[in-house]
Amino acid sequence: MIHIQNIAKAFGEIHAVQDVSFDVARGELFGLIGPDGAGKTTLFKILVTLLLPDSGSATVAGRDVVQDFRALRQMVGYMPGRFSLYPDLSVEENLAFFATVFGTTIQENYELIRDIYVQLEPFKNRRAGALSGGMKQKLALCCALIHKPDVLFLDEPTTGVDAVSRKEFWEMLQSLKKHGLTILVSTPYMDEAGQCDRIALMQNGQILAIDTPTGVENRFAKPLFAVRATNIYRLIQDLRQAPFTITCYAFGEFLHLTTQDGVSTGTIDTYLTERHHKQLEIKPIRAGIEDSFMDLMQHA
Amino acid sequence: MNRIGFMIEKEFKQLFRNKVLWRMMLAAPVLQLILLANAANFEVKNINIVVVDQDHTTYAQRLTGKFRYIDNFNFRGYRPATKLAYQELLAGTADVILVIPPHFERNLTTENRADVQLLVSAIDGTKAGIASVYAQTIIRSFNADIRTETIGTTPDGVAPERMAGLDVENQYWYNPRLEYKTFMVPGILFELLLLIGSMIAALNIVREKEIGTQEQLNVTPIRKHEFIIGKLTPFVLIGLIQFTLGLLVGRFVFRIPIEGSLLLLYGFAFLFLLLCVGLGLLISAVSNTQQQAMFVVFFCLVLFILLSGLFSSTDDMPQWAQIINTLNPLKYIIEVGRNVLLKGSTLRDMQTQFFTLLAMTITLIGLASWRYKKVG
Repeated sequence: MIHIQNIAKAFGEIHAVQDVSFDVARGELFGLIGPDGAGKTTLFKILVTLLLPDSGSATVAGRDVVQDFRALRQMVGYMPGRFSLYPDLSVEENLAFFATVFGTTIQENYELIRDIYVQLEPFKNRRAGALSGGMKQKLALCCALIHKPDVLFLDEPTTGVDAVSRKEFWEMLQSLKKHGLTILVSTPYMDEAGQCDRIALMQNGQILAIDTPTGVENRFAKPLFAVRATNIYRLIQDLRQAPFTITCYAFGEFLHLTTQDGVSTGTIDTYLTERHHKQLEIKPIRAGIEDSFMDLMQHA
Repeated sequence: MNRIGFMIEKEFKQLFRNKVLWRMMLAAPVLQLILLANAANFEVKNINIVVVDQDHTTYAQRLTGKFRYIDNFNFRGYRPATKLAYQELLAGTADVILVIPPHFERNLTTENRADVQLLVSAIDGTKAGIASVYAQTIIRSFNADIRTETIGTTPDGVAPERMAGLDVENQYWYNPRLEYKTFMVPGILFELLLLIGSMIAALNIVREKEIGTQEQLNVTPIRKHEFIIGKLTPFVLIGLIQFTLGLLVGRFVFRIPIEGSLLLLYGFAFLFLLLCVGLGLLISAVSNTQQQAMFVVFFCLVLFILLSGLFSSTDDMPQWAQIINTLNPLKYIIEVGRNVLLKGSTLRDMQTQFFTLLAMTITLIGLASWRYKKVG
């Protein structure tokens, strides 16, 4: 459904997107994961015909993003990272306006947005500018869906949204998937990656890896331990000094420690006990996406 | 085509919702017209005059008396010495000093001529010029009075006709009473269109850029020209409403004549509005924030208005200013406004202005569209 081949885009000295290629299949929920400044938004803008690539080519729904941009605009829904609707028009007016711009009506495609719109309905006469963050985001999603696009582009839809709304939002995406929509979503939150069918890890304008969430996790080949003690700060200092350590990062209340092969819980325990750490807790764990991503970033 | 309609509908919805802007746009022409036309007035009143009378005769008193009973002058009294009068000029309490030298009456009767000295403070150039003209007129009239009185007694019996000399009488055409309002209103009318047309239009489009809706619309099938036409049409319509309001105020409050064809006037107003929104569009194309747009519009407006001939005649400006002025749309449209309203000029009389404005409009809109294409 989306076919990207060697796309590159630079702004002066900054190479925002470098030689990116990947494909997204029909009906897939594809996540583009990467930190701020990775080039996600630039890539999105190229795909939704807002920017011209410097080189490379891409097709979305079989339409070339440069040659057939006009036809393509009818077929994609785009929700930018920043709220971009008319704050002085009401919920209903915004939706109706975007429907008419696409030559359709709210009624015609109501089926697709119903689940989301019912939550907005009580506020339909409220001005969009006066909505809460979560509601704004739902309205923006409705506006991006109102013309029944084939492909939906969501640029960091959950940035700046509370945890409950984030969860709801991903549930909405899962149900949209059932309508056969192809969805490309970007996010800086790695914990959301598991919701996607496949993910691409992006950094500094380059794709580091493309796989299913499990596939990405399985790429992590080294031993990984979660370590905890009373003095976390001293613990991280000591572990980073340890001869067997490759990396050591804080992950919530635990430290994730990557070691060389052949290191066991006992080795670490001995090392730390020598350094007078109390209430030690050391357990081998399976790598998560974040661990994989950290690892990939190290080697990029 | 339909999409343009929806754009316009949306635009009006937003405008009606912006109560402050909406009220301002309708009240502005009426208020500004009334305020500016009354305030921007070259009639000089309350010229403070002090007199230094060194003659102390009847004639000297009569001359002073002439100044005392004229509205424009405010007689502040006699001063015993010129030095004291100078101090008042310095302090700003006097604008004009009239010095009547000794032997004024004697010279006038025996030699048939006498000099008076008039000192005018020229801090405010316009006021000084006008004050000086007023004072000279009064002295001339005093002169004429004295002459007619003494004619009967001229010893050598010169014929009265020869003494009276040639009298030049001025007649002002198209504005017989030299009403400044009649002169100002047509100018202000178009100046307001420029303000609304370019400023509001530019800010409105830049706002869509700022809040990101322009980008959102760029992903829809809406075409660039549809967006532009949809954005600008409401402002042309509002401009025409404002023009009508202004014209009504001009006609019924200021009683300015409408000699020429109304259709021609509206035709020009429409053309000028296209030019204004074209300017607004170009400015919006080069600005990314409303602040930038505001500054650029303000810069252009002040330049256009000051050079337009609204306040001072363009013919009196230095050569270089006149050259710059050939690019000033406001200059042309004010000429049109004054000529059509006051003189009843026809399109044939105004064809230079028409073609110049037309060329400017096409250039501006063309440039703005090209610039939008390039960026978008």
